[in-house]
Amino acid sequence: MKRSKIETRGLSLWFGQKQVLDNVDLNILENSITAIMGPSGCGKSTLIRVFNRMNDIIPDCNVTGSVFLDGEDVYSPSVDVVALRMRVGMVFQKPNPFPKSIYDNVAFGLRIQKRTSKEETDKVVEESLRGAALWDEVKDRLKDSALELSGGQQQRLCIARALAVKPEVVLMDEPCSALDPSATAKIEALMAELKKNYTVVVVTHNMQQAARVSDYTAFLYLGKVVEYGLTDQIFENPTNKLTENYITGRFG
Amino acid sequence: MTKAATQRIAFALLRLSAAVIVASVFLLLGYLVWNGTPALSLSFLLESPREGMTAGGVFPAIVGTFYLTLLTLLFALPLGVGAAIYLSEYADPRRSKTLYMIRTATVVLAGIPSIVYGLLGLGLFVLFLRLGFSILSSALALSFLTLPVIISASEEALRTVPPSYREGAFALGATKWQVIRDAVLPFAAPGILTACILGLARAAGETAPILLTGAAYYLPELPNSIFDQFMALPFHIFTLSTQSVNPRLTRPIQFGSVLVLLLLVLSLNLVAIVIRSYYRQKYRWVT
Repeated sequence: MKRSKIETRGLSLWFGQKQVLDNVDLNILENSITAIMGPSGCGKSTLIRVFNRMNDIIPDCNVTGSVFLDGEDVYSPSVDVVALRMRVGMVFQKPNPFPKSIYDNVAFGLRIQKRTSKEETDKVVEESLRGAALWDEVKDRLKDSALELSGGQQQRLCIARALAVKPEVVLMDEPCSALDPSATAKIEALMAELKKNYTVVVVTHNMQQAARVSDYTAFLYLGKVVEYGLTDQIFENPTNKLTENYITGRFG
Repeated sequence: MTKAATQRIAFALLRLSAAVIVASVFLLLGYLVWNGTPALSLSFLLESPREGMTAGGVFPAIVGTFYLTLLTLLFALPLGVGAAIYLSEYADPRRSKTLYMIRTATVVLAGIPSIVYGLLGLGLFVLFLRLGFSILSSALALSFLTLPVIISASEEALRTVPPSYREGAFALGATKWQVIRDAVLPFAAPGILTACILGLARAAGETAPILLTGAAYYLPELPNSIFDQFMALPFHIFTLSTQSVNPRLTRPIQFGSVLVLLLLVLSLNLVAIVIRSYYRQKYRWVT
C-alpha cells in the first residue's frame, strides 16, 4: 500500500456566499496519478488549488476543514505559503510561459528563491527539460523566446518550469485542454514518467484521459466527492448511479 | 421621409464630421509646414537666437526642452508607475473607498488646467522649497501634470497582463513582490513606456507651468545645472509671437519654432506607436 501524500478532511470552500467544495475527504497517494474528473463548474480546479493554496490570491475565499501534506496542515498559520508552493508545483490549463527565453522560463523558479551558480542553474535547466521530454527539441535554442514554441511544447516547458524547483507534488489543471491530440499524447506519456518521482494530481473533464492515465479517480459533482477509488474500478464498476451516468455520457 | 433617405442623411452627417476632423488636421499641419519650412535649416536648429530674438535659431530652446523632458521623466516615471502598481496590484479591491478616492484624485489631477500646475510650482517649488526659477522647479511642476496620464495608462497596461502570468509565478513559489517584478512588470513594460512617452509628449508642449517656474525669455548660455533657468520651445514660441519687438519681422522664425516643436512631439508619439506595435507583434502568441 502506498503512502498517503495529501489528505483532506471535511474540506469545504466558499467564494463569498457561494459554496464550491462541500465536505471533501480525499486521500491522495504518493507516486501515483490521481485524476479528478467531473462536469464543468463542479469544483475540480478549485480543489487542486487548495493543495498549493493558490486560492489565497482570490479575495473572499474561505476554507474550512483540513488539508494535510505529509501529515502537516497546509492551512496552519505557521505554514510558509511560498515554501509550500515550491513543494507543490502546478501546471495550468492554458500554457503560460513567461515572455522570456526558454532557459529563463525554466530557471525562473531557481532565480527567485536563492542564488544559484551558473553551472548549477544550467544543470537544473537541462534536467528539468529532459524530465519534461522537451530537451531534444529545444537544446539548440535555449535563448529563443518561449513564445515561439508550439502550444504542446509550451505546455511541456511549463512542466519543466514546475519541475525545476524540485516539487514533491505536481498539480495539473486540465493540462491538455488547449492542445491537439498528438501534443496531448506526449503530455500523457510524460505523466506516466512523472509519477515515478512525483505525486501527480490531474484535473480533467475528459473521461478517456482519466481512464488512460490515472491510477485513482475521484468523481466530483457539485463540490462533493461522489466516488473515489481505483480508476479501473470506477470506470468498470461504479458503485454510484451518478458516476455511472457521468461515465456513460448521460450528462456532463 | 423614407428609411433609406434617413440613412443617407445620417451617413452624410457622420462622414462630414469625420471629414471636418481630418481636414482641420491637414489644414493646421499644411499651414505650419508651408510657413515654417522656409525657416528650417541646420543652422536654425543649431544656433542661438540673435539680434534681440529676431534672427538666429532655436538651439537653446531645443536643449532646454530636452533637459526638461528628461528630468520630468525622472520624477514622473517612478512616482507614476509606483502609484499604478499600488493601484492595480496591492490595493485591496474590497476597500473600494480608498481606491475610489485615489482614482478620483487622479481624474481630478488630469482635469486641472495647466496654469494651476504653474502656480503650484511657483508657490511650492520655487518659493516655499526655495528651488528658485529653475529646470528643477519646472520639471517637478510638469511631473505633476503628467502623473495622471502615466498613472492611468500604466494601470491599464498592468491590468492587461494575463492573470495566468501572475498565477504561473505564484505557483513557482514567488512572493507577491517577485511576481510583480519578474512576471508582471516585464510584460507591462512596453505599455508603461508608451504611457510615459505620451505623457512626456504632453509635458514637452506645455507653456503655462514652465512660464511661472523657470523658463527664460532669452539666455546667452545653455543651462549648467538643474538649478539654472532655461529656454524651452513652447515658451520661446510664446515670447516670439507676443513679446517680440517686431512680431511681423519674426514671423518666419515663429513658424519655424512651432514646426520644430511639433516635429519633436510628433516624433515622441511616433516612438510610442512603434514600441507598442513591436511588442504587440512579439506577444501575439499569448494575447
